[in-house]
Order: sequence, then C-alpha cells, then structure tokens
Amino acid sequence: MAELKYYLVRRMITFIPTVLGVLVLVFIISHMIPADPARLWAGGEKAKPEVVEAIRKKYHLDEPYHIQFMLYLNDLLKGDWGKSPVTKRSVFEDIANYFPATLELALVSSILLLIMGIPLGIVSALKRDTIIDHIVRIVALIGVSMPVFWLAIMLQWVFYYTLNILPATGRGVAPQVSYTGLYLLDSILCGDFNAFTANLSHIILPAFTLSFIGIGVIARITRGAILDVLSADFVEFSIAKGLTKLQLYKHILKNALIPVITVFGLQFGALLSGAVITETVFSWPGIGSYTVKAINSLDFPAIMGSTLIIALIYIITNLIVDIFYAVIDPRIRF
Amino acid sequence: MADNTLLNVEELKVYFYTYAGVVKAVDGVSFDVRRGEVFSIVGETGSGKSVTSRALTRLIPSPGRIVGGRILFEGKNLLEMPEEELRKIRGKDIAYIFQDPSSSLDPLFTSGYQIAETMTVHATADWKNAWKRVIEILKDVAMPDPHKRAKSYPHELSGGMKQRVVIGISVSNKPKLIIADEPTTALDVSVQAQILKLLLDLRKKYDTTVMLITHNLGVVAEVSDRVLVMYAGRVAEIADVYSLFGEPLHPYTIGLLKAVPNPLKRIERIEPIPGSVPDMINVPSGCRFHPRCPKAMDICKREQPPLVQIRGGRSVACWLYAEKNS
Repeated sequence: MAELKYYLVRRMITFIPTVLGVLVLVFIISHMIPADPARLWAGGEKAKPEVVEAIRKKYHLDEPYHIQFMLYLNDLLKGDWGKSPVTKRSVFEDIANYFPATLELALVSSILLLIMGIPLGIVSALKRDTIIDHIVRIVALIGVSMPVFWLAIMLQWVFYYTLNILPATGRGVAPQVSYTGLYLLDSILCGDFNAFTANLSHIILPAFTLSFIGIGVIARITRGAILDVLSADFVEFSIAKGLTKLQLYKHILKNALIPVITVFGLQFGALLSGAVITETVFSWPGIGSYTVKAINSLDFPAIMGSTLIIALIYIITNLIVDIFYAVIDPRIRF
Repeated sequence: MADNTLLNVEELKVYFYTYAGVVKAVDGVSFDVRRGEVFSIVGETGSGKSVTSRALTRLIPSPGRIVGGRILFEGKNLLEMPEEELRKIRGKDIAYIFQDPSSSLDPLFTSGYQIAETMTVHATADWKNAWKRVIEILKDVAMPDPHKRAKSYPHELSGGMKQRVVIGISVSNKPKLIIADEPTTALDVSVQAQILKLLLDLRKKYDTTVMLITHNLGVVAEVSDRVLVMYAGRVAEIADVYSLFGEPLHPYTIGLLKAVPNPLKRIERIEPIPGSVPDMINVPSGCRFHPRCPKAMDICKREQPPLVQIRGGRSVACWLYAEKNS
C-alpha cells in the first residue's frame, strides 16, 4: 500500500489545478451577467449614487476582473471565504450551516440508489430478456428522462396533498445537540426517537426524487457488468471446479462491481447538482437552495463559495472511488 | 475390461439450438476411458471434441443441450444425477484444465485463494490446512517461489505460471479423472513441453487418469495410451497410440497423418485432405466424411457406418471395415 500513499499525494497536487479551473470558470460566468451588482446590493433602482459608489469601492468592483479574482484567491488562501454583501454574514459559516443538510440528503439518496439499483440490475441480468428485465429497462428509461422538478411535484401531490402521509417541505426537527449537522444521525446520537422519525419522514420524498434519476442507470450498468462477467471463462472454470452458487456469486459480483463503482461516483456528483432543484422544490435548507438564493441576488462570494464546496466534494468522491478500485482490483496500481 | 473402466460414454448427443438451425456438435459418440491411462481425443476445430469433454459433467451452456446418451462414471450415470450431486463431483472426482489459463482464473483473487477454495468447497481441507496444501501443490506443479506466488494475482504471473496454477487447482482434490482441454495451445512453444511433462508427472504422483483434448498429433503421439479420432461430431476411430500411428484404418485418420509430419513414420511429402470441414447444420448424409474421402463408396453416401470392434481392441466407423448387413 506504499504506492497508494504516493498516489494520494500526487492526487492532492492535481487537486489544485482542478479547483483553480472551477473557480476561474465560475468567476467568469457569474461576472459576465449584464447586471450591476453594486446597485443591487445597495438596494436596487432607488439607491443613492454615493452608496452604490461606496459599495463598488468596498468590494473592489471598480478593479479589473483579473485583479478582483486575485484578491479573492488571496483571501481564500488565508482561509477567508469572504463575506456576503447581501446578508452580511460570513460565507464560510453560511456554508457550514447549509452544507450538512445537502450532505445528509445526498447520502440518504445514495443509499436508496444502491439498495434499489444494484438488486434491480442483478435481477434483470439473471432474468435476462424476461418481463422483469423489460420492466427494469422501462423504469430506467423513465428515470433518466423524467424532469426532477416534475417528479418532485408529483410526489408531493400524491404523498402530501392526496394521501397526506408524508410532509411536503422542510427538514424536520433539529435535534437538541448538533454533533455532525446530519439530523438523522444526531437524533440517534441524542436518543431522540421522535425527532428521528420526523426527520426520516421529511427526507424520504426529496431523497427518493434525487435518487430516482440514478436508480435506472445503476441498474442498467449492474446488469451489463454481470452479463459481461457471466460470459468470462473463469466463471465456467469456477463451475467446473464445483463451486457452490454462493461462492460463484462472490466471484461474479466482485468483478461486476468495478464498472458499477465508476458510475456511482459520477452519479454522486449528479446527486449534488440535482440537489439544487430538489432542494428548491422541497424547501430543503441545503447548499442547493443557498446557491439559488445567492445567484438571484448576485451574491458573488456566496456563489463562489458554494461552487467551491461542490467542486471539492466532487473531487473527493472521485478520489474515494479510485481508492475503492485499488482495494477491489489488484490490477490497478498507481 | 469392466473393472478398470473409469468412464463409459454411450451414444452421447449434444445439439446447439441456434437461430440458423440445429448444430449437431456431438452426434452419437461412444467410448471408454480406463483407469490410469492417458486417453486423447483428437480432431479439427469444430469436430466436437471440446463439447464432448464438457458434456461429461454437463458443462454445456445454452443454447446447447445434451439430448441423448449415457455417461457412466464409476457406474453412476452423470446425465441423470441431480445438479447438486454433480457439483460435488466437479472439481473433486473430475477436474478440468481449460485452454486459456489467462481467462480461467478470476483476476481479482490470489492464485493461492483460488486453489484453496477448490479444496474447501469440497471439504477436502479447511481454510487453515488448505493454505498449507496450497504451498505443497504449488511445489508439485514446479512453481518457482511458491510462498510468494500463492499470494500473487493472476496478472502478476506468466502464461506458463498461470497454467501451473490451473493444473494445481485441478489436482488439488486428487481427482480420479483430469480432463485437459488443449492445455498447452495458448502457451509459448517453449513452455508447452514443460507443462505437458508436468501433467504426466502429476498423473503418476496423484495416480489419476488423464483425458487429453488436442488437435496436435505430435502431442498425442508423445503422451497418449489410447486415442479417439473425431470427425464432425462423430467417432472416426479409436485405437492404441502405436496402432493408430503405425497402421491407421479410417481414411480420415490416414489423411490426417499425411497432412502433418508423422513422428513414428517417415512420409515422403505432406498432403492436405481435400475439401473442408462440413457445415454442422446441414451435415452430409451417410458417413460425414464421404465428400472428402478418397475411398468413398455408394453406401457411404446413404448410411452412417457403425462403430465396429476389430482386432486388438480397436474400433473404427467406416464401411471399409464393417459388415454391410443392410
């Protein structure tokens, strides 16, 4: 595993250009918007010219773009993510407040994604070209083609408005003590069972909405991977060795897992970006709704900050996927 | 004969039901394998030799089906045995060695694990002892540095080493029959002889029987006791190795021996067999070899020749040697 350590160090170094690239792109795109942020921050059309001018000075909006970007980077390196000119709060603290909600949502959706996607894929591979296989195929197709916001609204309509068994919006009850910021985990740690059920009922619809796009994708990839492995010679040789069904599946599933992990890594990124819409529809107080608010008010430091955190999570997820590879597949050496 | 017969195959038929039609890959094959011998099946690609060997433990993938026959292994019919009982025979009493060692091994598990699991699944060793046995087995198959190689993954081994692991897997439970399906074809020429020698040494050491499937007549002459020549899914001839190379009877065998350098007899020049292997969906009527046979007669086009026993325990399926009793 010594190679793994070098690999991790190398990967950390490649983090830097990736993060820098993301920041440059977001900076350019957000600043290209033909609007006057200073006027907006000062209060809109009726703002006094002196106030607008003062804000422009204070936030260096009168400097050329590259200087502004350098100033932002300089602060970032010192650990200062900036202050929101709109809310006057520290961006870092805001993100620290909102981010756990998104993380919790993404984690719960990933669990749903895996516990539904992988078994569906296994079943459709083993029952290849039967009615079950076709149903999974159709579910997959619906999953990738259905707009998230529409699915979210439909679920709210069915489970809240019509059946009234699940809440439509919000995150639930905050547990008395916040250890991790993840409500479900914290309520278990506090031993607060009522808070746990309340939070669970709140997270079901948004988490399901978020995972539904991916379930079909994971199922299809799992199906293909298993069929691929089944046609491999070593499976026939394993049967000829007299292995039991259970041992045979151990070999098949481990081999089939490699492509599934790749796709899951990408899907996790999609979960984070999908969160923007889902969180908005379900009023989930996460980084997604925070970003939407920031964009609406041209809150540059907040936009940059939330992009930065999503980019970091994306990169870390991919790193974890790569480490998983190395653990599963001995042929991968770094 | 009855006592030293390990395996008795009668009228084995394996058909593949493809979209293009029914491929009669193996169509009525009968033979005996005796304890302790090296029994070879030779034939061209598509002659059904591999399918025959895999059908012995019903390893025929869909759309293939064993449609008829009887396979008696130590008196038990393997074709009527429940799947679970047959599983206990696979890898324990009847072990296989496949052609391509690179794809026979699971890339994600160490070679030692793959040998050990073959023993634990058949309860011939528990995990603790299995690992000790793995080292012994790797020594038996002449693996250099067995302690290190037991922990190696297949991609870290050469082709020859991988085949040694595969052979190690096959002998790990001291099987009664080892079926080696072209065990050297995928290897470098320089390694082929080593692997073949290893196989023969292990046959003695483990006191087992070897069934060798190959298209290489040189290998057949080198190692076999008795030989079955297959053509287009049927038996052409069964003979001991000296008779076969010394005095081949079936016109196909005669043609085959003229087409390659004969290790036992000098031949003037190499002659190819005219024509090509028949289409296995629309096989020729009568004797399947008749369109290519220099001695073809009228009856050969009409009727299949029966496999008849002739002198010296040889059998041949050819009208030249059969009583034309119909």
